[in-house]
Amino acid sequence: MTDPTGIAVGLSIPKFENQEKVLGEARYIADLQRANVLHAAILGSPHPHARIVGYDVSRALAAPGVVAVLTGDDVSDGRMGAFIKDEHALAKGKVLYVGEPVAAVAAETEAQARAACRLIDIEYQELPAVLSPEEGLAPDAPILHEHLADYVKVFDAGSSGNVASRTHFDEGDIDAAWDQCDVIVEGEYTTQAQAHVAIEPCGALAEYEAGGRITLWSANQSVFRVQANVCESLGLPMTKLRCLTPRVGGGFGNKMEAHIQPIVVALALKCRRNVRLILTREEDFEIVRARHPFKIRMKTGAKQDGTLVAREIEVLLDCGAFADDSPGVLGYSLLMSPGPYRIPHRRAKGQLVYTNKLRFGAFRGFGQPQVSFAGEQQIDEIAGRLGLDPIDIRRRNMLAPGEPWFVGQQVASNGLAACIDAVETASGWRDRPKVTRQGKKRRALGMSVTAHISGLLGTGAIVRVLEDGTVVLNTGATDIGQGSDTVLTQICAEALQLPVDKVSVASPDTDGSPYNWGTTASRVTYTAGRAVVGAARAVEAKLKQHASEMLECGIGDLELRPGGSVGIVGVPGAEVSFAAISGRAHWAVGGPIVGEHTLVFDQMTHDPKRAVAIGLPFARIGVFSFGAVVVEVEIDDVTGKVRVVEAWSAADVGRAINPQLVEVQLEGAFVQGMGLALFEEMVWDGARLANPSLMDYKVPTSRDAPYAIHSIIVEAPEPDGPFGAKGAGEIGINVVPSAIANAIAAATGHRHHALPLTSERVLDGLIQAEAAA
Amino acid sequence: MMDDRQDLVLQVNGTRRRVTAEGSDTLLTVLRDQLGLTGAKRGCNQGVCGSCTVEVDGWPVRGCLSLASACEGHEVVTIEGTGRDPVMAVLQRQFVERGAVQCGFCTTGMLISARRLLADEPRPDAEAVQAALSGNICRCTGYRKIVDAVLAAAEELAR
Repeated sequence: MTDPTGIAVGLSIPKFENQEKVLGEARYIADLQRANVLHAAILGSPHPHARIVGYDVSRALAAPGVVAVLTGDDVSDGRMGAFIKDEHALAKGKVLYVGEPVAAVAAETEAQARAACRLIDIEYQELPAVLSPEEGLAPDAPILHEHLADYVKVFDAGSSGNVASRTHFDEGDIDAAWDQCDVIVEGEYTTQAQAHVAIEPCGALAEYEAGGRITLWSANQSVFRVQANVCESLGLPMTKLRCLTPRVGGGFGNKMEAHIQPIVVALALKCRRNVRLILTREEDFEIVRARHPFKIRMKTGAKQDGTLVAREIEVLLDCGAFADDSPGVLGYSLLMSPGPYRIPHRRAKGQLVYTNKLRFGAFRGFGQPQVSFAGEQQIDEIAGRLGLDPIDIRRRNMLAPGEPWFVGQQVASNGLAACIDAVETASGWRDRPKVTRQGKKRRALGMSVTAHISGLLGTGAIVRVLEDGTVVLNTGATDIGQGSDTVLTQICAEALQLPVDKVSVASPDTDGSPYNWGTTASRVTYTAGRAVVGAARAVEAKLKQHASEMLECGIGDLELRPGGSVGIVGVPGAEVSFAAISGRAHWAVGGPIVGEHTLVFDQMTHDPKRAVAIGLPFARIGVFSFGAVVVEVEIDDVTGKVRVVEAWSAADVGRAINPQLVEVQLEGAFVQGMGLALFEEMVWDGARLANPSLMDYKVPTSRDAPYAIHSIIVEAPEPDGPFGAKGAGEIGINVVPSAIANAIAAATGHRHHALPLTSERVLDGLIQAEAAA
Repeated sequence: MMDDRQDLVLQVNGTRRRVTAEGSDTLLTVLRDQLGLTGAKRGCNQGVCGSCTVEVDGWPVRGCLSLASACEGHEVVTIEGTGRDPVMAVLQRQFVERGAVQCGFCTTGMLISARRLLADEPRPDAEAVQAALSGNICRCTGYRKIVDAVLAAAEELAR
């Protein structure tokens, strides 16, 4: 880790593409125009679980404008999946949820394609459906994936029956620990399905190239995952598919793994034409993915002085029809379930069960908002039972710098204490009455703390010096709007002591970019940033080699000088510009200057000497960010409506490469978490999603969100992070439902065990609390 | 649905544009698919998200709920046609500088709504901005920086 000099890192530079976005010039997937393009439409399954007996596509094929109809018979036996390869490009043999793509049409117009879908006749043999994890675990349950045992899995999943995966962690001696506790709280909690609602719906455009190669544009969080998923599900060699990205209108996890890219590529190959498909909002709700509903049993015990002794959690996750990122969510939520505390005795276990619903998958927070809803409420309950202040009990038990995480990974940097201090001070926690009343309204504060891991898997960067001494940075990381192009540019510029306008960013391209697993797991700043620093260092070494020959001095006597030159230390004026060096390299000596660096996060998550870990989906995860939040809520005694009045959200992000972009992550995460806490909920009517529209599924508007969201940046630099940086994307959401629930409990005296905290539930809680009092 | 195509003359961004549209074609469809004006986005096609907001006779409307044929004889302005408006220029610069833009998909609709607000109420407070933008959904920013950008633009324009 090097301290920044202020040329680029630490500056709130506006994102470079903001200008094109305010002018309406930014091109997203639906804005790409191509000649000779066919429009696709999808037919969804009407059944939650059925065998496909046969297709009759003759009427559809005869319809006006139709060029091709695609069914499961047209695609390979290949299966895709991040952890368990259980998913075809579209339904093959069976359908597993209502709305699952079972056929697709390519036609000259979108209206023709949609009309033709209605003419496809499919004979089904209906099967009994599994609509909850409990139903899936029943001894006589219908089995969704009969060949689960044969599927390729990337870790020890322990799959059997409808259990997609199971995970179990154990540390200390939990069974003996309860006797040491003076107070024990125990409860069951349920959380709901949340839709991502990136404002841009998913879409893809496949360009058929001469020779049968496909260039695929799509709304994505990783061109490399798009490539892998399409090639695995269609049995294509990766050389046959080039994946690119336009601007992306938000992701939050929704666009990380495949959506309809395999279907669009299959149609383009079948038609030998360009094919485009943009999902409607309803389809985006029904067929992509969503946040897991959790069922949680948790028990936490402490001594009289508030020292935490033991915590046990058991979770049951609804997987939906395909595993997608779910095994990761299960494992990660359990790993993080103890919270950032020193608890000597811990056990966490859970199962992930296939059901006949839309797949659940990655969504900002990756299971943490759910387990935090249980865990951070239990900390407050213990504090309440012992007469301790919620902040004091957290301070007493918080993980100190140098202490390892659950199951043993070392934590190199830890700014939790400073996060707690910051929100305590900023909110005036000590000076306020905990509950205030005015007329029929009451207000209270609530707080919550968290940690989040940024890292995971392979990443690379290539830095090239152009003839004029400017630089092109190529990382393969998709910027989904959060600003990674700008942040990585700042890191590159800082490492080479260049102004940011001397660095340009190459758009991700599977043909030309180094591998980047994806814009997910709060990882791009940390992992891609490390790769950028490494690549810039390689460029620096080459620049200095040239400069030593040009200036006739030792390499050790040289330094990078701000603005793009290499000079002799202590000798003003004795310098050569990057342009002069690069010209020499291009035309005379050594060849064009290119630096590259690749890495994979390689520190083990689990220390077998410390703990038992079964079914851990990620053997090597990443580095830890920390966070704390205080919220003030107002509750209407008459209606039960909860309004968040003000919020203070602090996060230790190691080093804020671009403080403004960190702030907006915290603010946006807060409001998305507030939606999860208070009203967002996907509702199923039997097997059918009942509210797949923004009319019926409400997300927070500018009237719901408090104006007074105060984001506070804490910097505990990560030793191997780029200029000390670690992740910022998810940390702000984890704590929101638990902090709001804690504030509601403080105000009403009622503990809530189910999300969302709707007016109806809160009013019911108020009535119950008053009846009890 | 197939055969009710009609010729329309629309006044878009100050220019007469001749298009042929189905009776059911929305203004948004015509702007995006026929006129290549893709600054207005299709986020829900149901009038909820506001990312398709454009102006008709100076008022923000949902492009996805307005029939193209009903816009004949009216002045349509999209983000692409606001280039000479000094108010929009200030709003755009404040959005850029204050980090009010994340993925950008809602941004053009937000700007159209904000411009109307400042025409009606040159010095709004935060609550008035929140109310005026409540028909434009942003899933990225949490709205704070958008409200701040509008307030800053109002202050700058008042100087």
